[in-house]
Amino acid sequence: MTSSRANDAHLIEFLTDLFGPSRVLCRPHQLAAYECDGYVAQTGLPRAVVFPETTDEVAQVVRYLHEHEVPFLPRGAGTGLSGGAMPRNGEVVISLVRMNKLLRVDFDNLRAVVQPGHVNLQLTRKISAQGYYYAPDPSSQSVCTIGGNLAENAGGSHCLKYGVTTNHIVAAKVVLPTGDVVDIGAEFGDALGYDLLGLVVGSEGTLGIATEITVKILKKPEAVRTALAMFDTVADAADTVTDIIGAGIIPAAIEMMDQLAMQAVDKSNYHVGYPKDIEAVLLIEVDGMAAGLEDVAAEIVHICHKHNVRTVKVAASDEERALWWSSRKMAFGATGRISPDYIVQDGVIPRTKLSQVMARIQQLSEESGLRIANVFHAGDGNLHPLICYDSRVPGQTELATRVGSEILKACVDAGGSITGEHGVGVEKIEEMRYMFDDTDLAAQAAVRQVFNPADLCNAGKLIPKPARCAEVKHMQRLIEQHAEVFRDLEDQTLTLRS
Amino acid sequence: MQEPNSAFLWPDAPEADKYSVCVHCGFCLEVCPTYQQLGDENHSPRGRVYLIKQAAEGVLPLDESVVDPVFTCLDCRACETVCPSGVQVGALIEEARGQVFHAAPARGWKGLIQRFFLRAVFPKPRRLKLLAGLLRFYQRSGLQRWVRKLRLLAVLPKHLREMEAILPKVPDRRAIDALPPEIPATGSTDKGVAGLFTGCVMDVFFADVNQATARVAARNGWRVRVPKDQLCCGALQVHAGDRDMARQMARRNIDVFLASGADRIIINAAGCGAALKEYPALFRDDPVYREKAEQFSARVRDISELLVESGFEPPQGEVPRTIAYHDACHLCHAQQVRTQPRTLLGAIPGLCLVEMADSDRCCGSAGIYNLTHPEMAGALLERKMDDLPDGIDGVAMGNPGCMMQLMVGAHRRQADVEILHTVELLDLAYQREEVGTR
Ligand SMILES: Cc1cc2nc3c(=O)[nH]c(=O)nc-3n(C[C@H](O)[C@H](O)[C@H](O)COP(=O)(O)OP(=O)(O)OC[C@H]3O[C@@H](n4cnc5c(N)ncnc54)[C@H](O)[C@@H]3O)c2cc1C
Ligand code: SF4
Ligand code: SF4
Repeated sequence: MTSSRANDAHLIEFLTDLFGPSRVLCRPHQLAAYECDGYVAQTGLPRAVVFPETTDEVAQVVRYLHEHEVPFLPRGAGTGLSGGAMPRNGEVVISLVRMNKLLRVDFDNLRAVVQPGHVNLQLTRKISAQGYYYAPDPSSQSVCTIGGNLAENAGGSHCLKYGVTTNHIVAAKVVLPTGDVVDIGAEFGDALGYDLLGLVVGSEGTLGIATEITVKILKKPEAVRTALAMFDTVADAADTVTDIIGAGIIPAAIEMMDQLAMQAVDKSNYHVGYPKDIEAVLLIEVDGMAAGLEDVAAEIVHICHKHNVRTVKVAASDEERALWWSSRKMAFGATGRISPDYIVQDGVIPRTKLSQVMARIQQLSEESGLRIANVFHAGDGNLHPLICYDSRVPGQTELATRVGSEILKACVDAGGSITGEHGVGVEKIEEMRYMFDDTDLAAQAAVRQVFNPADLCNAGKLIPKPARCAEVKHMQRLIEQHAEVFRDLEDQTLTLRS
Repeated sequence: MQEPNSAFLWPDAPEADKYSVCVHCGFCLEVCPTYQQLGDENHSPRGRVYLIKQAAEGVLPLDESVVDPVFTCLDCRACETVCPSGVQVGALIEEARGQVFHAAPARGWKGLIQRFFLRAVFPKPRRLKLLAGLLRFYQRSGLQRWVRKLRLLAVLPKHLREMEAILPKVPDRRAIDALPPEIPATGSTDKGVAGLFTGCVMDVFFADVNQATARVAARNGWRVRVPKDQLCCGALQVHAGDRDMARQMARRNIDVFLASGADRIIINAAGCGAALKEYPALFRDDPVYREKAEQFSARVRDISELLVESGFEPPQGEVPRTIAYHDACHLCHAQQVRTQPRTLLGAIPGLCLVEMADSDRCCGSAGIYNLTHPEMAGALLERKMDDLPDGIDGVAMGNPGCMMQLMVGAHRRQADVEILHTVELLDLAYQREEVGTR
C-alpha cells in the first residue's frame, strides 16, 4: 500500500521540484531508516522524507500536503520514546535536522533564537565560553533537538530546580497544519490573548511545526557540588530524597538507579564500578553561589548518613562528576548490554509513594518473568522502569507492553500520571483513557480540530479517538481471546504448506 | 544461522548477535561525521545498523539503499566510542561490505582503485617496492615537473590532482629494506623484543617515521626486530570488503611475527594497528588461525601505547614548537589510545601542546575513502582545517592516511603548518639531547 502511494508521481514531482532530488527520499528502500524513533515496538514506513531548510519551505510543503490531503509529520532527531515521530499512516516525514542554526543570542537579555533542528546540548556548548547555558537537559541532550524538546515538553535531570522545557521557551514561529505561519508567545513579558505557546509546547507535533524557537538562557551557577550515595535498600534511598527536600534544600538534581540499571551501565564504556550488593544509588547535585554551597553539600551527606547510606562521596574532580553523569544519562542505552530489547516507561508518582509503587513494579516483574531496571528523576517522582524483553521470543513484545501498561496504571492509582516527559505518542495512547474520561478527551480533541482541521499532521498520536479507541480495545480483546485458535490455525497452515 | 531470505548470501555475513545489540537510542547520531554532514538517518550509525539488520532478515535486498550507506561510512568508529550498548558498528560495516564485495565487485574508478591497489599492489611486496621506485623516479627524474608543466594531470579528477600535488617526497629507501634485521637496545634496560610492523603506505611515503619508531623503541630498551617477509596489514582490503585477500595477508603476518620471537609487535599507523588488533575477527570461523590470531593480537601495541605502558625516558633535548594533536580515528575510537600520544608530546621540553576542538572527528581520509568519496572527504577535511587552532606551527598525529589528508588541507589553504607523526617529534627531542640542545 505504502509503496504504491510512494509512487504518487505528482507528490514526488512537487517535492523534488521544491527541494531538489538531494533533499527528498522517496524510493521505498530508502525509507526504512525512518520507520520508527527511539520506540521500536511499532513501526511504519513513511511515504517520503524531505529536508527543508527554511520556514518558507516548511510552509510551502505543508500547504501542498494539506491541499492534497496527504498526511505528514515533523521529525527531529528521532529519539522520542513514545513513537511520536513514527509514521503510521504513510506520512511524508518533514525532517528538521538541517534547520539547525543558532540564529541569535542576546546575552544581556538572556535569550537565544534557534532553528528547530538545533541540538539541545550544542546550544550550551556554543554559549558556555561566555558563561551561559540552556537548562533543560534530557538525558538525550547530546542528540535530541530543541524542536523535539518543545513538542514533547522534555524534562531532564535538572528540571527539579529549573523546570521543564515549557519554562524555558518564550516564543516560537509555527507552521500550522494548514500551511499558515504564526508567531506565538512573546520574547519578553507575557503574550496577550490565549496562551497558545503553552498549548503548542508538549503537543507532540499535532498542532503545527515549530520552525524558530526563542529560549531563555541562564548564567552558569558559580559552583556545583555533586554527591554519589549508595544504599542497601530502595526505601532508605527514597527516604533520603524526601528528607533532603524536606530540609528546605532544592537540589539541582536527584537521580536514582537500581541495581539492574547499575549493572547495565557498568558493562558499558561509562563504567563507574557500583557494588553488586546495593539496591539503589543516588546522584545528588546542588548548585548556586559558591558561598555556603559546601555547607549544603555537607548537610546532604549528613542526611544520607541518617538513612543508613553505605557510602557517600562528593565528586573530587570534573572528570569524576562527568563520569557519574554519563553513567546516569547513558543508562537507557546501556540496557542493550543486558537485554536485546526494552521499553522505557515514564510514569509520575507523588514522591512519597515511591516505595509502594516500586514494590508493585517488582511484583509485576516477578509475575511476568521480565526483568525491570529502574532509573528515576527521584526528586520529581518521575519513574523510568526499563522493561527488558526479547522481541524474537513470540509473545514477549506484547507481554512487555502489557506490563508497561500495568505500571502506568499503578502510577495513576497512586495519584500520579502516565507520562512525566516522554509524551504519549502511540505508546501510551490507550492509557490516556485510563486517566481521562470521554469529556476530557473530547475537549482536547476539539482544540486539535481548530489547529489541525483535517487531522493530517501527526494523526493518531496523543489523543485517542473516543469511538475508534473503543473499537480497538474490543478488537484487542477479541484477538486475545482467540489467539489460541489463530495460533492453531497458523500451525496447520504451515504444516499444510510444507 | 542467517535468516532464510537474508540478502547476505555469502559466508562471513553480519551476525545477528552484533546488530541486535542496537537499541535504537540514537546517541550515536551526533558524533557521526556523515550524519552531521547530511542529516540523513540512512547515513547514521543507527540507520546503517538498522539497514544491515533489515537486509539480514530479508526485508531489504542488497541494493543501493543498503550498499550506499554502508560504503559512505568512514569506518571511523566514533559511534562505538559513545554507544552505551556496545554495538560493533565497524565490524558490522566491514562484514556487510564483504557481502557487497562478493555480490558486485566495484566498478568504475572505485573498482579500478580496488583491483589495482588492493589486489595487485599492496599484497605483493615486490610490486609495492616497484611502485615506490616508480614514484621516486617520477618525483626525482624531473618527470613530475614536466607533467605538471604540460598540465597532463588535467585529465584527473580534482581530488586526485590535489593528492598528486602534495605527495610527500618518497624517501630513498623503505625502512623495511634499510633497517637491519635486529637493532640492539640502546637504553640501559632490556625490555625484550619488539617486532616492527612497517606497513605499506607508511613505508612508501614516510619511511622516516618507521626509522624514528625503531630508534625511539630501541632507545627505550627494546630490541627491535624487522621481519623482512611481513606483508601489508590488510586493513584497506577489510575496509573495501575484500576479506579473503585480507585473510591471506593476515595469515602470513601472523606466522612471520609469531616466528620472530617478538614479545610486542609495534606499529605507528593507527589503521594498521586497529586491523592487527582485530585479526581474530577475521578468523572467527577458523579453528587454527583464530587462536594464533589471538596470540598475535595480544602483543600488538601502538608505539605510543608501548612507550607509556612499559615506561619511557623523558627526552632532554628541546623542541620549541607549538603543536596541535589530531586524534586519528583508528587510534582513539578503535584502539582507545588517546592519552598516550599526548603524554609523549607533553614530555618533550619546549613543546607547547594546544588542544583543538573536536580533535577526534574524522579528517575524511579513512583509508582510500578520500579517493572513493571525494566530496564527503573534502567537506570533512575543510572542517578539520577550520578547527586548527591559531598560532600553531604543526599538527601531530599517528596515522599516515591522516597525514596525507592534512597535507592536502594545508596545501589547499596555503597554511603554514607542518604535518608530523608524534614519534617524529619525540625522536627529534632524543636526537637533540645527544648533540646537546641545538
Ligand atoms: C536514551 C534516551 C534518553 C532520554 N531521556 C529523556 C529525558 O531525560 N527527558 C525527556 O524529556 N526525554 C528524554 N528522552 C526522549 C526524547 O529524547 C525527547 O522526547 C526529545 O525531546 C525528543 O526530541 P527529538 O528531536 O529526538 O524529537 P523526535 O523524536 O524526532 O520527535 C518527537 C516528537 O516531536 C515532534 N516534533 C519534532 N520536531 C518538531 C517541531 N520542530 N515542531 C513540532 N513538533 C516536532 C515529532 O512529530 C514527535 O511527535 C530520551 C530519549 C532517549 C532515547
Ligand atoms: S548508540 Fe548504539 S545502541 Fe544507540 S542507536 Fe547508536 S548504535 Fe544503536
Ligand atoms: S563508523 Fe563513523 S561514519 Fe561510520 S557510522 Fe560510525 S560514526 Fe558514522
